[in-house]
Amino acid sequence: MSITSAARTISIPVVGAPLLEVEHLSVSFPTSSGPATVVRDASFRVDQGTTLGIVGESGSGKSMTSLAVMGLLPRGGTATGSVRLFGHELLGRTDRELRRIRGDRIAMVFQDPLSSLNPYYTIGVQITEAYRAHRGGSQAAARKVAIEALERVRIADPDRRIDHYPHQFSGGMRQRIMIAMAICLEPDLIICDEPTTALDVTVQAQILDLLADLQRQTGTGMVFITHDLAVVSRVADDVLVMKDGDEVERGTTEQIFTAPRAPYTRALLDALPRIDDPFETLKGVQA
Amino acid sequence: MLFYLLRRVLAGILVLFLISLFTFAIFFWLSPDPAVQICGKTCTPERIDQIRSQLGLDLPFLQQYWQFVSGIFVGRTYGEGAGAITCAAPCLGFSFQTNQSVTDMIADRMPVSVTVAVGAAVLWLLAGVGGGLLSAVKQGTGWDRTVMFGALAGISLPNYFVALLLQYVLVVQLQWLPFPHAASFTEDPVAWFQAYLMPWLVLAFGYAAMYSRIVRTNVIDTLGQNFMRTARAKGLDQSLVMRRHALRPSLTPVVTLFGMDFAGLLGGALITETVFGLNGVGKLAADSITKNDQPVIMGVTLLAGLLVVIGNMVVDVAYTGLDPRVRVRSA
Amino acid sequence: MTTVPSELAVETEAKGALPSGGAPTPARRVLHSLRTSPGAIASIVIIVAIALMAILAPVLSAITGWDPYEFDPTAIDSDLGGLPIGPLGGVSAEHWFGVEPGNGRDIFIRVAYGAQVSLLIAVSATLVTTTIGVVLGMIAGYFGGIADQVISRVMDFLMAFPTLIFMIALLSALPAGNRPALLVIVLSIFGWPYTARIIRGQTMSLRNSEFVEAARASGAKPLRIAFREVLPNLRGTIIVLATLAVPGYIGTEAGLSFLGVGVTPPTPSWGQMISTAVGWYAVDPMYFLIPGTFLFLTVFAFTVLGDHLRKALDTGDAA
Repeated sequence: MSITSAARTISIPVVGAPLLEVEHLSVSFPTSSGPATVVRDASFRVDQGTTLGIVGESGSGKSMTSLAVMGLLPRGGTATGSVRLFGHELLGRTDRELRRIRGDRIAMVFQDPLSSLNPYYTIGVQITEAYRAHRGGSQAAARKVAIEALERVRIADPDRRIDHYPHQFSGGMRQRIMIAMAICLEPDLIICDEPTTALDVTVQAQILDLLADLQRQTGTGMVFITHDLAVVSRVADDVLVMKDGDEVERGTTEQIFTAPRAPYTRALLDALPRIDDPFETLKGVQA
Repeated sequence: MLFYLLRRVLAGILVLFLISLFTFAIFFWLSPDPAVQICGKTCTPERIDQIRSQLGLDLPFLQQYWQFVSGIFVGRTYGEGAGAITCAAPCLGFSFQTNQSVTDMIADRMPVSVTVAVGAAVLWLLAGVGGGLLSAVKQGTGWDRTVMFGALAGISLPNYFVALLLQYVLVVQLQWLPFPHAASFTEDPVAWFQAYLMPWLVLAFGYAAMYSRIVRTNVIDTLGQNFMRTARAKGLDQSLVMRRHALRPSLTPVVTLFGMDFAGLLGGALITETVFGLNGVGKLAADSITKNDQPVIMGVTLLAGLLVVIGNMVVDVAYTGLDPRVRVRSA
Repeated sequence: MTTVPSELAVETEAKGALPSGGAPTPARRVLHSLRTSPGAIASIVIIVAIALMAILAPVLSAITGWDPYEFDPTAIDSDLGGLPIGPLGGVSAEHWFGVEPGNGRDIFIRVAYGAQVSLLIAVSATLVTTTIGVVLGMIAGYFGGIADQVISRVMDFLMAFPTLIFMIALLSALPAGNRPALLVIVLSIFGWPYTARIIRGQTMSLRNSEFVEAARASGAKPLRIAFREVLPNLRGTIIVLATLAVPGYIGTEAGLSFLGVGVTPPTPSWGQMISTAVGWYAVDPMYFLIPGTFLFLTVFAFTVLGDHLRKALDTGDAA
């Protein structure tokens, strides 16, 4: 009872509250030499229909930030601060309560689609199980929803393909399947953790276009985590730059790209290849 | 699929051919003359020659091998005329010790070995998989440490030592069980159970120890996989995540192992059967070795090879059904 | 539209450290992890103690005054079918672990000489199989092609063999001769594929790693790459595999001797002692308990040490 009501109340927004608001979020893990903090005092917000890009190198804490929002930190990890969905606090909730939110209100798309899909089950099983876990209903109804979702992510011949296994798809198609899995429950927020990093450049562009289209249709909020500033410039409305668990800079995409304040952001921007400056393309980030 | 099966069968036949050839060659060149052995103490050179020619032992290697192999498929006849002895296919020859047909000897002993293997397999799968799962799920706790210590002891204790220990404790000291003796299931089920209980336990202990270590590693590996994170991110409840997403990837590799181990055991648990005096194929092998009864050793070795090859094949075919990634692409 | 991934700088740096072997740091780390684990320390102590007992067997024989073949009719009771006189299988100041029923041979000295035989056979077989396994595994993994085909097929064949029964058949057919040497040969024939298979897999992945490609690009010869670049990176795996192979061979040798096709009497061996003890287990349990305990402790200690090394070196699937 209480679980359903928790999920239900969460879908009723607190008046004036944004979709996602994170304040003073810190994540730490215990080590033999005391706790190690991987995210320090991160704050950001995401409004409906907008995309926040979180940019940083590996180890900057960007992925841990998203896992903390989902309540999926690896064993031993603790998060402090505040994570609010429509004004409702998520931190400190039990796993049972969070389970109603995961997949349903907040969905995630991970970096490596092959390893993120279970090789032993058809994609149909893996999409429908999410739907049925939250909405119940018959397998046939769930299958219909799954086929629709596959259609929306532009998988050709979804009636047949739904019974195929992950290894029978190409990398780009697998990521579409991950996205289909994420959208079939029409979540309020989708967190994409490096969704295009493992893909070819052309496929990368297709996936980004697809995500942008879906967002336009549904008005879903999005958190887009990447190390790739070029990708961020395409998809994000706002940008948060992170380094070593700290927030470096936060602002609108335009602001970050045209007038970066922090030297680290400037260095990242300098590392971007430019058509007008071929000799600059290989300059790394000297952090 | 058909092509795949055909290839597997051919490979299996090749392995069996090589096993038989090697075993035959070893006895042909390395072993003392069986004719002398059969002849016994009161022996004349003429008698030895007679035995040699009757058994075909005077022929060159390849011809002898050919006779042996064709005997398996079409049977063979020893000697000529009135004194000739026929041996129906599949003929593995006659024991030098008892003059019995090796095929019959093995067939007589098979039920005991099958009983030993099946009972032990049930126990070791339950204990091994159960222990491994418990250990993995409760990783780092007292449960985990207890199971893993037990498993470590289990793989380090030779089964004949465990057999002696168990017998000493249960039979001599506590007197919970009678001294092992053969009994038939239909006539005296209690005695039958008592006769098989210790062999089952001894074999199961060793295998369960190995399996629980493997299952634990597999489950912990699987729990760290990205798809487990995906499953949790979908909002599935913990037990479904474990049952559906963790169990199958963790246990599928165990199927391969089990197929091989079980097939090997069907060919006779040499040590266990010997220690507990169970008249299975394993004890037959051990006895024929001490008496250097070549046709029997040869027959038992081939049987073991056949079972391992078949086990291998069954496992491979089963695997194509269990792991979608290795499914042969038909479309 | 790609950017320079900023991880690249970090990654090349890390990989660049590998070709030198990175010897001191991992070695120190492993030593440290072994030193801080009571289980590892205990297993090393047991191994050293049993190895010392094996090496010093003749000295121990001189100290106790018994040699492994010497009968002691005064220690057994001929009226009781040759049972040892005294409690616990005849344990006394003279016979530390008691005597064998029937002939009164000193169990302690026989166990010590048995350790010699067991360890000698197991360590020799490990050396042989590790050498063959590493060389063939590296050839198959590094060069691929026909060499890999041939080696892999032979490995498949040997591993599909009903090993135990075939070893028994082989050993029973072979003339007595030098039994320990025969055992080493037979164990090696069937043992090397297990090492080679894992080495092959790791070599294949190392072959495609950046530092090997760099060495190849700089014009290094294949043999040089194999020994200077690949082999040092296999060190951890080889150590773990060898450590875990020893208890396997000890167990198999004991099993074969138990079945009467291993070390032949009167040369003492643990498996063979337990085999003789089968007939006496009800009346003189010490006779099987002592060699059995030594066998267990040795196998156990090597296995624990191997497990610890594997964890410390993190060699993945080197099971």
